[in-house]
Amino acid sequence: MSTADKPVVESAQHIRYAFTEEQEQFRTALRRFLEDKSPPLEVRRLMATAQGYDPAVWRRLSEDLALPGIHVPQQYGGAGFGMVELGIVMEELGRSLLCAPYFSSAVLAASAIMNGATEEQKRDLLPDIAAGLQLATLAVTELDGNWDPRAIRLKATRAGGNYLLEGVKSYVVDGHTANLLVVAARAADRDIGLFAIPADAAGVARELLASMDPTRKIARIEFKAARAQLLGDSEDGLNALSRTLDQAAVALANEMVGGAQKLLESAVSYAKMRVQFGREIGSFQAIKHKLADMLVDVELAKSTAYYAAQAAAVEDPEWPAIACMAKAAASDTYVRTAAETIQIHGGIGFTWDNDTHLWFKRAKSSEVFLGQPNYHRELLMQRWRV
Amino acid sequence: MSEISEDEVRREVRAWLAENWDPNLSLLAWRNKLADSGWGMPQWPRQWYGRGLPARMVRIVEEEFAAVGAIGCLRGGIGRLAAAVLLEHGTDYQKQKFLRRIITAEDTWCQLFSEPGSGSDLAGATTRADFDGKNWIINGQKVWTTSAHHAKWGTLLARTDWDAPKHEGLSYFILDMKQPGVDVQPLRQMNGHASFNQVFFNDAVVPPEHLVSTVNNGWQVAVTTLAYERRFAADIARPSRRGPREGRIYEEERAETATVMEPYKWYPQRAGRVDLIIERARETGANHDPVVRQEIARLMTLAQAAEWTARRARAAQSQGRPQGPEGSLGKLAASHVARGCARVHTMITGTAAMLTGADSPRNGVIAEILVSVPAVSIAGGTDEIQRNIIAERVLGLPKEPRFDTGPFRNIRRN
Repeated sequence: MSTADKPVVESAQHIRYAFTEEQEQFRTALRRFLEDKSPPLEVRRLMATAQGYDPAVWRRLSEDLALPGIHVPQQYGGAGFGMVELGIVMEELGRSLLCAPYFSSAVLAASAIMNGATEEQKRDLLPDIAAGLQLATLAVTELDGNWDPRAIRLKATRAGGNYLLEGVKSYVVDGHTANLLVVAARAADRDIGLFAIPADAAGVARELLASMDPTRKIARIEFKAARAQLLGDSEDGLNALSRTLDQAAVALANEMVGGAQKLLESAVSYAKMRVQFGREIGSFQAIKHKLADMLVDVELAKSTAYYAAQAAAVEDPEWPAIACMAKAAASDTYVRTAAETIQIHGGIGFTWDNDTHLWFKRAKSSEVFLGQPNYHRELLMQRWRV
Repeated sequence: MSEISEDEVRREVRAWLAENWDPNLSLLAWRNKLADSGWGMPQWPRQWYGRGLPARMVRIVEEEFAAVGAIGCLRGGIGRLAAAVLLEHGTDYQKQKFLRRIITAEDTWCQLFSEPGSGSDLAGATTRADFDGKNWIINGQKVWTTSAHHAKWGTLLARTDWDAPKHEGLSYFILDMKQPGVDVQPLRQMNGHASFNQVFFNDAVVPPEHLVSTVNNGWQVAVTTLAYERRFAADIARPSRRGPREGRIYEEERAETATVMEPYKWYPQRAGRVDLIIERARETGANHDPVVRQEIARLMTLAQAAEWTARRARAAQSQGRPQGPEGSLGKLAASHVARGCARVHTMITGTAAMLTGADSPRNGVIAEILVSVPAVSIAGGTDEIQRNIIAERVLGLPKEPRFDTGPFRNIRRN
């Protein structure tokens, strides 16, 4: 009824606000698979291993469900779907906390290759990643943990038809188990470039880092005159990297809202069961109002994550800005929801035996991965030219 | 009722409009035609000024009206709520007496529910109705009554049995506002506007034929109203903007709209004016302050999320799926947005946010935002009540133990 009700982003006509029937069915099947394969006991078993995932489950997820290539075009061996379906997969993975190299290989590395590689390189690299046979990852940040591509210092020096990499990458997801590394580096003859290198190449040393979230492992990788192949043949390395990071932000936002929803459900069910002062704690307004606020928080973050996936899927010109919104909103919501879920559980929520901390830790690692909420809010303002 | 197709409806209404629509008619003459033909309220029953069409076909009629610029019935307003109640619970006498003049908008209505002592707890009303053998005699006080000063009729919730439990001792009446026992006083709000009234009853009289439904069934009737109120909330007087707009009738409609909308003129400010945030930040240079940039980004993300959530709810509905939790949280989200706006507008405007006069930024609008936003989390159900509703109906959490059972007489109250 007034201009005040007008949305800030002019919502594009072609963006859908509901999932299709097929997408809902896909989600249901996926959820069933994950409830079976990744119950909390299994998460606990795998997070205690160095490898960090179960190859048998990965094989089924690849062969039966074709998940690693869900968003990869069919001519490169993928299923040919887009960001919306990738978002659904990520949301369900976030919910179940599946320990698997999905985010590293399917989201980060496959997207980087799709965005940056030549046609020939895509045909060469993508089919094995899409089939789940090759595990790849993307190395962006260095020791300072800065996600701004301008902070990249790792050097690439031309040597014949290839490049030699020199420097250190850190916070590389699944960097210790991946077979193929996609590395963002600074080349003398170009600005930022993406380079591919087998993880077992000479001059590559990898070290698993001790970190808070054992369900998503990170590594430090040192490159000493390591011979790598440049991806792509244009000067577009920076664009390809930015686009990859934006897509990853959208995917991670969807993963985070899946985790937040799971936490909310666990807090609600505990509040209905736990009795103190002769009544269920969920009958106290102190608790029920907190839970209502959590629901609002989670639903708002979901709307942002879903919209971002839809906008990215149709290449809406606004989508990189919306990716920033989605990442910031989902991070804040996930961390808040995790903290409140512990609070509602009381003392038991702080114990190792209670499962809440598994999601709490994923919330924390996701909050800082790809850049903190503050970083994304500033980026949003820059992208809006404010 | 035989099934009529959408095409038939479209053909019929088109033909009728071609025959009857005339922008040089008076608004009243035109609305009388609407009442006679049933095209003003096509979803109402045929014997009561409607055409008995299914609700989903109303859109077709509206489209055809809009295409030729024809004016419909007054949208929104308490009269429409009263009509919905009368169609469901009213006697033939009542329908005969009130419905037509609601359609023609000759009578305006107000709703006499909230009281100083019962806001969130509407069923705790203590305005009393006592039967003197001939009429119901009303004594007490109502508050937050929009448009009471020009209303002809009021829908009144009053207590008729003090020994029954609180929800079972209320009755629903139609009260003539223009009588000596009714005193209407404007209620001035903290932002200086007076959109509402207080209404005092001092031996006001309601004839027995103006009781709706049965004695002590008033709460059930009121619940019908509240359900419609939510449905109409998004539907406040919004005249069609399409079609040619020249003729006497449009002048009269503009005057009507101005009167209906008068109480709501500060509502955009109440919602926080998120649309002004970035403009204002550029105007004042606050867009260079990294702290303010963070706050702006946070607020815009929240506002956008609220908008997308509303669209998700509508999309699910239009696909015929049961509405998920996203449908129940719009009001709380709107509160968050409005409060965030007030905060960020203050950061952006700084010291000048105090000014309200000729020197004020945006001609006083910024200050008006700051003193209007507190209403958002109260009007139409406080945030706390919204949280209870979400917690109990959406999340299925248990209710609080109650202290208001048994005879109303014994319940602790203000």
